[in-house]
Order: sequence, then C-alpha cells, then structure tokens
Amino acid sequence: MRSAGPGSPARPGSPEGPDSSEGSDASSGSTPSSGPTPPSGAMSIAAIAAAVRSGEASAAGIVEQYLGVIEAMDAGVGAFLEVAGEAAIAAARRVDALMASGEDPGPLAGVPLAVKDNMCTRGVATTCASRILAGWRPPYDATAVARLAAAGAVTVGKTNMDEFAMGSSTENSAVCVTHNPYDPSRVPGGSSGGSAAAVAAGMIPGALGSDTGGSIRQPAALCGVVGVKPTYGMVSRYGLVAFASSLDQIGPLTRSVEDAALLYSVIAGHDPADSTSIREEPEWTGRLAAPDILEKGVVGTVVGLLREITDGADPEVRSRVLEAAEGLSRLGATVEEVSIPELRFALPAYYLIAPAEASSNLARYDGMRYGLRLGDGSAESVMSTTRAAGFGAEVKRRIMLGTYALSAGYYDAYYGKAQRVRTVLVSAFDAAYRRFDVLLGAASPTVAFRIGEKVNDPLAMYMSDVCTIPTNLAGHPAMSVPFGTAPAPGGNGSATGPAMPVGVQVLAPRLGEPAMFSVAAALERIAPVTEPPVLDRQEL
Amino acid sequence: MAVDASGGSVGYEPVIGLEVHCELATATKLFCSCPNSFGDEPNTNVCPVCLALPGSLPVLNERAVDLAIRVGLALHSDVRQCTFHRKNYFYPDMPKDYQISQYDEPLNAGGWLDLPSGTRVGVTRAHLEEDTGKTVHMGGTGRIHDATFSLVDYNRAGVPLLEIVSEPDIRSPQEAREYVAELRAILVAAGASKARMEEGSMRVDVNISVRPAGSASLATRCEIKNLNSLRSLVRALEYEIARQAEVYRSGGSVVQETRHFDEDTGRTASLRSKEEAHDYRYFEEPDLLRLVPGQERVDAIAAGLPAMPAQRRSEIAALFSSAGAGTGGGAGAGGAREDQIAGLVENGLDGLLLAAVNGGVSPEKALARTANEAASRIDEALALDPESYGRLLVMEEAGKLTATQVKAVLSEMLDEGRGDPAAIAKRLGFETMGAGSINASVEEVVASNAAEWDRYCSGEDKLAQFFIGQVMKATRGKADGKAVVAELQRLRSTR
Ligand SMILES: [Zn+2]
Repeated sequence: MRSAGPGSPARPGSPEGPDSSEGSDASSGSTPSSGPTPPSGAMSIAAIAAAVRSGEASAAGIVEQYLGVIEAMDAGVGAFLEVAGEAAIAAARRVDALMASGEDPGPLAGVPLAVKDNMCTRGVATTCASRILAGWRPPYDATAVARLAAAGAVTVGKTNMDEFAMGSSTENSAVCVTHNPYDPSRVPGGSSGGSAAAVAAGMIPGALGSDTGGSIRQPAALCGVVGVKPTYGMVSRYGLVAFASSLDQIGPLTRSVEDAALLYSVIAGHDPADSTSIREEPEWTGRLAAPDILEKGVVGTVVGLLREITDGADPEVRSRVLEAAEGLSRLGATVEEVSIPELRFALPAYYLIAPAEASSNLARYDGMRYGLRLGDGSAESVMSTTRAAGFGAEVKRRIMLGTYALSAGYYDAYYGKAQRVRTVLVSAFDAAYRRFDVLLGAASPTVAFRIGEKVNDPLAMYMSDVCTIPTNLAGHPAMSVPFGTAPAPGGNGSATGPAMPVGVQVLAPRLGEPAMFSVAAALERIAPVTEPPVLDRQEL
Repeated sequence: MAVDASGGSVGYEPVIGLEVHCELATATKLFCSCPNSFGDEPNTNVCPVCLALPGSLPVLNERAVDLAIRVGLALHSDVRQCTFHRKNYFYPDMPKDYQISQYDEPLNAGGWLDLPSGTRVGVTRAHLEEDTGKTVHMGGTGRIHDATFSLVDYNRAGVPLLEIVSEPDIRSPQEAREYVAELRAILVAAGASKARMEEGSMRVDVNISVRPAGSASLATRCEIKNLNSLRSLVRALEYEIARQAEVYRSGGSVVQETRHFDEDTGRTASLRSKEEAHDYRYFEEPDLLRLVPGQERVDAIAAGLPAMPAQRRSEIAALFSSAGAGTGGGAGAGGAREDQIAGLVENGLDGLLLAAVNGGVSPEKALARTANEAASRIDEALALDPESYGRLLVMEEAGKLTATQVKAVLSEMLDEGRGDPAAIAKRLGFETMGAGSINASVEEVVASNAAEWDRYCSGEDKLAQFFIGQVMKATRGKADGKAVVAELQRLRSTR
C-alpha cells in the first residue's frame, strides 16, 4: 500500500495500520472527555481491507472501533441520521466467519462505510432526510449497497442530506444541520453533506453519495475529500430514491483517490434492474485502482483548463486550480486554456430538467402506501395534506418549478428547450474532448460558506453548483480532488475567516474514467499538505 | 333532459371512434416479475416496482412487446421505434401517481381493421402502457361519491395493456359493436389477450359526435369512458347520439366533455368538462430506453402469426358451401350460422369444429355441437384436445352415442380437461343400443300407451316427443332419439 499522500489528510500521530488493542475497547473506552483523535481516522479503505483479509485485524473489531468514533464525534458534526450498530457488527462477524472458514470475504472485507440516506437499505430507515418518509424501512437493498455488502464491506449507518437531494448545503434536511468538520459554523456542502462530513471527520473511511447536479463533488470539495460522479449508467440506480432520473448517479466519497477507485470498482457494472445501466461494461470496470491507471502519470496527457468553471470562482479558489494546472504541467502534461461558451446555458437548463423529473418522481409520496399519512380520509385530502406537511420548502419549490415547466403550453418553451440545450452541451463537450483528454476547473466557486448564509437566497444557493452541473447534463464522469485551502471570507466581508479546503475538479468524456483517475492521482500527489480538521468536542 | 333514444337522431349521422384497452396475456407484469393473473387475493401479486416503493425502477417485459407487435401486425400497423412517456396525474390506484404509457411515438402506428360487414375502420395507433390498480368503494351504493371508505388492490397495477385507438370511421352503434367483436377476435387469434369485457381485460372508451346527415365536417365530440359490455356500448351510443341530436335540434351546442354511462338508467351524464380535463404533463420516461424492435424480430413474429379471424371464418363457411348442405335454410338460417361461426372464431373454438369435420363429422353437426355445447364453457373447451373432441362427435355421427350421451361425455371431458371419449362413454355405461333392442323397446312403449299411440297415428306428430321420452326412460337414455322416431314412423306407416 502506498503511504498516505499529502493530499489525503491523516490525523497527526495516528498509526497507519490497525491496532487490535484499540478495537477491543472501542465501545467502552472511546468516551473520555479529551478530544477524540481516533486512530481509525487515518486508515485507508485499502489498509483496512488488507488487514482484515490477511487476518491482522478482525472485521468486528474494526467496525466496533468506528462505531465508537461515530458515537464520540457525531453529536458535534451531525453527519449521521441513523447508525445501525448491531446490524453492522453482525455483518462484520459474518465477514470474520468467512475468513475463519477459509472463504474469500471480498475485496472490501471489513471496511465500514456510510451510505447517503437516499439509498435503500433493507430494514434500516431510508428517509431522504424528509418528514414524508420518516421511519420508512425499505424491504430491499439498493444494488450499490448490495454490491458493497457482497464485497465484504459493512454499512454502519445512513448520512444526512438535503431533503430528496435538493440543495447544496445539507441545510434542507428536515432532520438536522450537518457541520463542516473544518469549521463547525460552516456548511459541509450538499446534498451529500453528511457523507462528506463523516469522511472528512474521520468517522468513516468512505461513503456513498449521489450526484444529480454536483451533490457528491461540491460537498467533497467543501470538506476536503475525494468525490466521484461516475459516467451515467456505470452505477445502478436501482434502490436510489429518484430525484432527477436522467441525471442521478451514485458515487464514492473517500479520503484518497485510491480508495475512491476501490469503491467505484465494486459498485460499478451492469444491473438488469436498471434499464439505463450500461450493458457493455468497459474493460476497466472493476479495476480502476490498478497501478496502470493510478500510477500512470500524466506525461503526454492533454489537459484543458476550462475557463467557464475557473474564471468565475473566488480568486483564492481560482489560484488553487491554476496551481493544480501548473503542477500537472510540471509532471509532463500539456495544459491549455479552453472555453466552452455553451456551458452558460447549463444552469438554467438544469433547473428546468431536474425539477421537471422531480415533480414526477416525487408524486408517489401521496400518503397512500407508505410514509407520512395525514388528512381527513378522502384521497384528495390525504394526498394534499400529507404533501403539504411532509415536504420542505425547497422540495415544494422544485416540484412547482417542474410542474410548470412540463405544463401544456409551456413544455416547448421550457422543458423542450432545456432538452435541446442538453444536446448542444454534449456536442460542445465532444468538440473539446477531441482535443483534450480531461478538463480541469473548480469543483465549487467558493469554499464552504456559513450555515444560514444562503438559505434565504435560493438563486445564490443554486450558483454553488455552477461548476458541477454541466457534467450531469452531459452524462459524463467528473471528480473533485482536495487541493489545498483558501481563506474563507470573514463575517460581514471584513476579517479573513479560517482556511477551508478547496477541491479541484477533473472532468472526462463519457467512460473516460481511467484518464480521470490517472490525473486525479497525480493531483493528489502534488497537492499542498492540508492539516486535517481538529475537532474539539467542547467547541462542537 | 328527456331523450327519445329511438327516433331522436333522425337526420343526424354519428361519427364514432373507439379506444380499446386490452390486457396482454403475459405471465408477468409490464415492468416487474409479479404474476399477471386475474382474481387472486388482493395485494398478493405486488413488489417494490409495482407498488412504486422509493428507489424502484421499471424493466420492460419483452414478451409484452412481442404480443403488442403481433396485434400491430394483425392490424396492418407500422411497427417502429418508439419511446415511453410518463402520464402524470394523481390517483390512489396508480402507485407512482404517473402511468408509463406511450405518447407521440407509439409502437404500432396506423393500420386498419375490416369489419365482417365490409367497412374498413382505420387504426390510428396501438400502444403499450401499464394498467392501474383497482379501487373498491365501500359503503353507500359502491360509487365514490357516497362511499365511507375505499380499498385499493394493486394486483392489477402494472399489468400490460395495449391501447388500440381507431379513426373516427364508425357510423352506427351496430358498427361499433361489430368493430369491438372483430377486434376481440383478432386479439384472441393473435394469442395477445383473453380480451374479456366481463373480467375487465378488455375495456372500451368511445368518442362520439353527431352531424347533419351528409355533412363532411366534424362536430364537437364527447368521450364516454369505461363501457364494460357490448350491450352497454350499444346502449350508451344510442342514448348519446339521440342526446346530441336533440341538443342541436333545439338550437344548442354540444360541450366537449367526458361522460359516464349509467347502466341502470341507460343514460350518460357529464363527468368532467374540457376545462377540468387533466394536464398530464407528458414527458419521456427517463427510466426506460428507447424501444427499437429490429426488423428481424418483427419478421420472426410475423412469420409465427396464426390465421386471422376473417380467413378462418371464410374457411369454415366454405365447408358448408362445398358440402352443398344447409343452403336451403334461407337468409335467416344463413345469418344464424354466420353468427355461430363468428362466435366460435372469436373465442378460438373453431379448431374443435375443424377437428370434428376432419374426422368425418358433417359441418352442420360439428357446428351445432361446438357452438351450443362446447362454447357454453369456453375456458374448458379451449383446453380440450381437438382430436379427442373430434372422436367424440364421430361416435355420435356413427350412431354409437345418442345426443344426450354425447353431451354427458363432453361434460366429463370439459370437467377433466382431457380424456378419451370412448373410455368416458364406457365408464358412464353408455353402450350403444342395437337397432333391434331399440325397436323392441319402442314396441313395448307403444303397447302400454294405446291412447297416445292412437293420437299419434291420427296425425298428432308432437306426441313423438312423448314416446321418445318413454323409450329414454325405459332404456335409461341409451337409445338414439332419431332411431326411435324412425321406428315410430315405420310402425305408423305399417299400422
Ligand atoms: Zn411487481
């Protein structure tokens, strides 16, 4: 295993390998009053799996250790909506039993993971952080979740999110606020904010998120972790509660590029239960973490510095992107600036297409079969009362936007035109990718903003996704890689705030994941050293 | 409004188009692997997909596509690349609160259907969509307006439907009836659907307008939803034609609206106006891919398509003309025979008749037995082995079994779904009576009923029935009625 690079934050002083003595007393011994500096926080997915597979550590021990860390830390972060400790320990024991009987427990043996709360987990509440699904326990696992389990990974809990994945700060959760581990007064981004914060805080080595317009990459950037949005169709959406079906993709959030590649490799692949999942799996399916990809380097790689998602970013964020570009150039890549003017249409097109699909996808929450049920008994009353009380303001806003965009007489001007914009975007990207192997830019125009700062300004919130949305409309892959920090603007625009993580985004053409991961791994190796968040529970 | 359904439409011509929904006879539902079966315990044939649980996704049933293509080919449609769309509206029996249907690009576009009476009715399209669940309103009259609560059965949710839309080429309630009957025969012949209106596996909506006779313009139309029998279809149309004609005659104008037909009163009443109509906000279903039925697939389906009803009817009719029999029955008898043949073909029972004729049974006998006896139990008759059925009728033709005995044996075969007629006849004790013992029995009965015999001999032919009954009683049904009559006539002529 490669040692943790400078870009993968390691908790100072924590050992790289497993420590069995930590595992044995984790449940009882991890509640002292001193600030938690859990050794598990520094362990990579690769290291955990290697330790369990070699018999150095038990899966149950590892899982108990992480459960202890979550127990100690999450009250201050608010990353988890539900921790299924007993089920997780039981699953870990099954992994250990496989080891004991000499069977292969899978490539992710004993790796504890968290799952965004919009993915179905059999018997474990799946609510999308919405009142309308409060307490709903699915009778089945999402395909991605099942694939993780089949690979030996252990899902320990469900993470907070913007309600139905609609938002960029996780503040739209109907349950709780999630704090950015680097500055608890700031948001973790969203909508996969709980997954990003959990990974950044060291409570879990990896998590699944979903990305409809940037919901993996933007929080990954704001929390200083790696976040990958796969090519549309590479990861099954079966069991992912739909927001915008033609845009949604599940992907990993991890502390390193290698870990992201490992998780991606397990969850990717054709699923007959999802008609939009890609039938002909590319050659690299399942082996993105191979050295010929991650250690390939960037010599000869042609990188386009995409002005539309660089120039508009905050100056300090833009500086990190330019430094990343220079770094790649030094490593042997050809870096050129490129402009795709059509990208300016992406945000408006997205805010027609995504709400339109959402307005239909969320119709089923009508109080008839599951979830919240209110009203006086007539079907119309149950449906309208349930939906009025069950959905939050942002969800209602998007349902109304989408309903309007699809309405007779408006369809052509709005939804129809947005779909045509999508075609234009794909052509524009195609033209760029005839010259470039990958494109580079910011993953978010700003670093993490303060909690409450944008909640009353939906348009400002929507702009948080301006760098990530074009990829979703095109169905392409993209990922955010931590690349240093930038000083956050202070309160009232005066003093300078704390240094917050910056994410550099690597974009690639459809099924261009190998090149994307090669470049991301190179960036990780040259990224500035970033001190991991020091979480003081007193402060939290 | 009082409407005279009989004469109110004089001077007006109806313009009718039909939308027929039929459930496709697949083993499983359109987008999941739940059984597609009628009459099961409520909410047992359900899964995350057809209950629209969060995160579930549809996967298209290719068998349903094949069946839809069969119908399309039988209706001379252009089978082509198509898309699925979502039709959005809220209703408790529709789990996703949208229906996956087809919109501007249907699987089968265009085509036609020739009515037996000669009219060609254009087919606009025949597209795939999913059925809804079934709502049962409890309390009150069972209608939604005075129900105390409602129950929903989702067994039907997601069952594959084919919606067949006709052009407005139909000009009378009788033609509408003929169209539905012929379409039903085609659906059954293609093996695509049971198409049973009484079970709801075939449902009819009509679009109807009237215009002054001879006019070529189209007037405002009304839609009448969910007609569940041919009789209702004809009644509803007759009423609606008279109603619309009356509106025009009294100087009013027809309002575009959806109407409901009340079986009890025989009237239609407004359900909702055009203004209240749903805006379904159709958009392409992002969870499904474009459906591209390749030429190879369509050709293979076309090659496997069985003979259609029109061809089968004419083949059977030809049996009668070539046999030179039954032509003396006059137009009325010919019409009744045509109806019987059409009925057998519509229900797919003509194979039984053909098996009997091929075995040497006369077409008349084969038609009578099949249309009267077999067709009274369609489901069981469809399961019969035609060859065994043929052998049964041959036994009757050869005088080995009487009519009564044939019916008894057939009843057993239908009960069991199979069986050798000879073995069943033996088990039931139906040994054939020789002519000698029949004659002896007739003589015995004649001797002990002297008064009736005198009346018969003086010309009261209807007393033959009495003697047949007596002989049957004496022989416990083993005698052949025809042989009894022949012996009675012989005795009378020699008296
Ligand atoms: Zn089902």
